[in-house]
Amino acid sequence: MQPILDCNHVHYSYHTLQGETPALCDIQFHVDEGEFVSIVGPSGCGKSTLLSLLCGLIVPESGAIYFKGAPVTEQSRRHIGYMLQHDHLFEWRSIRKNILLGLEIQKKISEQTLLEADHLLKLYGLYRFKDARPSQLSGGMRQRAALIRTLLLHPDLLLLDEPFSALDYQTRLKVSDDIGGIIRNSGKTAILVTHDLSEAVSLGDRVIVLSPLPAGIQNIIATDFPKGLSPLERRNTDAFKDYFNLIWKELNPHDK
Amino acid sequence: MINENISAAQAAYLASHRFHKIKICLYRILILFAFLSLWESSARLGWIDDFIFSSPSKLIACFYRMTTENALFFHIAITLFETLASFFLVMAGSLLITILLWYSKSLTETLDPYLVVLNSLPKSALAPLLIVWLGANYTTIILTGVSVAIFGTILNLYIGFSEVDEEKIKLIRTLGGSKNQALFKVILPANRANLIGLMKSNIGLCLVGVIIGEFIASKCGLGYLIIYGSQVFKLDWVILSIFILCIIAIGLYGCIRLLEKNCIPQE
Repeated sequence: MQPILDCNHVHYSYHTLQGETPALCDIQFHVDEGEFVSIVGPSGCGKSTLLSLLCGLIVPESGAIYFKGAPVTEQSRRHIGYMLQHDHLFEWRSIRKNILLGLEIQKKISEQTLLEADHLLKLYGLYRFKDARPSQLSGGMRQRAALIRTLLLHPDLLLLDEPFSALDYQTRLKVSDDIGGIIRNSGKTAILVTHDLSEAVSLGDRVIVLSPLPAGIQNIIATDFPKGLSPLERRNTDAFKDYFNLIWKELNPHDK
Repeated sequence: MINENISAAQAAYLASHRFHKIKICLYRILILFAFLSLWESSARLGWIDDFIFSSPSKLIACFYRMTTENALFFHIAITLFETLASFFLVMAGSLLITILLWYSKSLTETLDPYLVVLNSLPKSALAPLLIVWLGANYTTIILTGVSVAIFGTILNLYIGFSEVDEEKIKLIRTLGGSKNQALFKVILPANRANLIGLMKSNIGLCLVGVIIGEFIASKCGLGYLIIYGSQVFKLDWVILSIFILCIIAIGLYGCIRLLEKNCIPQE
C-alpha cells in the first residue's frame, strides 16, 4: 500500500546573517493511512520546522516529501489539517464564526457544511457556546473548537503541533484523551509533535524519536497496545512504562 | 455575570459608582462655570480690559451679530467641511498605503526613511508652498490638513499591522488561505481598535492642519476669522472663533466615540 506521507532524505537549515543553523538532517520516514504517529525530541530540535515542511509551508533544501504519491504543494495543503500550538481563535469572531474560518477561506460554506459545523459543535459539547467569544471558553474547550475548525475541512492528514502544551496538566490529560479519541474514531491519519514522552506513547501507534540539533531520526518505536484502549487507559498499562523508559533512554543516552 | 437579585454589597458598590460619576460630572461643570463667571466679573469690575480679553456676555452679543451680519455659520460649515474632507482622505489614504507597505517588505524598507522625515517635518512649513503651487483655495487647505496627519498615521498603522501575531497568519496559510485573506480575516480585524484610536487623534490633527491652512490662504472659515479679527483688532471675533473651535473639536471627537460604540464587530 502506498503511504499517505513519505518523507525522503529531507534536509533543512535556517539562515541568518550570523550564519547557518542546520535544523533537520536526513529525515526519512513514512506514515500509512489511518496511522497515528508521534514525533518526540528535545526542545528546540526542529519539530515544528518538520511539520511546516510536511504541509508545504516551507520547502526542504534537499530531499523530497510526497503526499499521496505526489510532491507536497500549495494545493496539497488543502488536504492537510494543521493544528498549531495555540488555538488562535479570533476574539473578534464568535465560536461558530471561528470554526467556519477554514470553510470561509476555501469558499466551502454551504447549507450542508453549516449543518455539519453545528453537528460537530453539538458532538463536542460546544453548541451552547456557539455565540460566545473565545475568551469566555476554557482552554480545553478552545482547543476542541480549534480541532473542529480543522476537521470541517475533511483533511486526509492531521498535523498536530504540541496542541496541548498551552494547557494545564489536568486539562491536558483530559483534552489529549478527548482529542485522541476523536481523531481515532474518525479514522484520520495524524502526526503529533510533542516534547511530552507520555503523551507521545499514549497517543501514537509509532513514536519517532529525533536526536538533538541538527535533528535526525534516532529511532522509530512501534507501540503495541491492545486495540481500543483510550490514551488514558494506555497510561495505566505496564507496557506504557516500558515504552516510556525506552524512549527516555533514547533521548538521554548518557543517563545510566 | 448579570444577576437579577442584587446583593446589598453589590447594590452599595453600584450606588457608589454612580455617585462617583455624578461627582466628576458636577466638578467639570463647576470648573466651566467658575471660569466663565470669574471672566465676566473681572471684565465688569475692570480688572481686565474687555477690549482685548473680551467677556462671556460680549461674546454672546458678538455671536448673535456675526450670525446675522457676517454669516458665521457659513464659516463654521466651511471649516467643518475642510476638516472632514481631510480626515477622510487621511484615513483612506493611510489605510491604502499601509496595506501596500504590508504587501511589500522591500517597499517598506525603501520608504521608511522618507516617511520618518516627512512625519517629523513641521507641516506648517509646507503650507506656503502649497498655496503657491495650488492656489488659495479649498484644495490647499484640505491638503494642509492631510499633510499634518497622514505620515504619522501610516507609521502607526504599519506598526499595528506588523505586530499581529505571525502565528495567526500561519493559521490562515495552513487553512489554505492567501495573503489577501490574511489581510481581511486577520490583519484588518485585529487592528480595529488601533484604527479607531488613530481616528480619534487624526480628527484633532486635521482640524489643526485646516486652521493652519486657513490662516495662510483663505477668504472664509474660522481660521480666516481668527487672522482677520486679529489684524483689525476685533478680538471678540478671535476669541469667539476659538470657542467655536473647541466645540467643534469636542463634537467631532464625540462622533468618533459614537462610531466606536456602534461598530462593535457584528455577528
